[in-house]
Amino acid sequence: MDPFSFNDTLLLATILFSVGLAGVLVRRNMVFMLMSLDIMLNATALVFVGAGARWHDATGQVMFLMILALAAVETAVGLAIILCLHARGRPTLDADGGNLLRGAEHG
Amino acid sequence: MHALALLAAGVSVVAAIMVITRRVAVHAVLYLVVTLLALAVVLVMLGASFAAMLEIIIYAGAIMVLFVFVIMMLNLGQPDSAREKEWLRPRAWRGPAILATIVCAELLYCLGPFPGAQTRPSAAITAHDVGLGLFGRYVLMVELVSFLLLAGLVSAFHIGRSRAGHY
Repeated sequence: MDPFSFNDTLLLATILFSVGLAGVLVRRNMVFMLMSLDIMLNATALVFVGAGARWHDATGQVMFLMILALAAVETAVGLAIILCLHARGRPTLDADGGNLLRGAEHG
Repeated sequence: MHALALLAAGVSVVAAIMVITRRVAVHAVLYLVVTLLALAVVLVMLGASFAAMLEIIIYAGAIMVLFVFVIMMLNLGQPDSAREKEWLRPRAWRGPAILATIVCAELLYCLGPFPGAQTRPSAAITAHDVGLGLFGRYVLMVELVSFLLLAGLVSAFHIGRSRAGHY
């Protein structure tokens, strides 16, 4: 008997996705928002792997690899943006403070 | 549901909840690493050991190092020694250590003479199958992901370069 049925996988992924979504909605610190996004991406990847195990198809793990690359790119670009904002003299990491798109000359 | 599966899933959920409720970013990173390790255990139980290895190597290895690097670079206003003392207090790493010990005990238990070792799920998908699918049917998707990685590299380089140019 498999330790994880497909329903258990879906339940775990739903809980993890909800936790990540709550983190994105509640926290205003951008580092925490990125971490919550990573949790949500992990939950979706878990659904793919669980479905691949359920129907015995390698496509689930192929999609897991794609999500892994996507998470790496998202984290790298997000952290670069955070570093850029911090270098322009913003003492906090509050995401609501960055709601104006301005050119670089105002830096 | 198997007791080990329940344990791994519970550890991952508890650590994920701790991630979004911490006040200090480094503590959240510690809990996030525990979440990823527990998720790797869940992936192994799903028969996807290759995905679990990649989860540990890339997520818990590379992406978490990025997070720690950026948090160290941000230097949020406290002197370094005070911050390090704040981070290294036992209260900071006790929770992640307990959760990681649970996952590690689970690993050691499974390394031992496991009663269900003969009845392994034969439905395990190996790295061989994944590689065949990846570079057979989905080779176009691999190219698209390489474009995505290149775009991420260029944009991260551009953001970092403009910052260095202005200051």
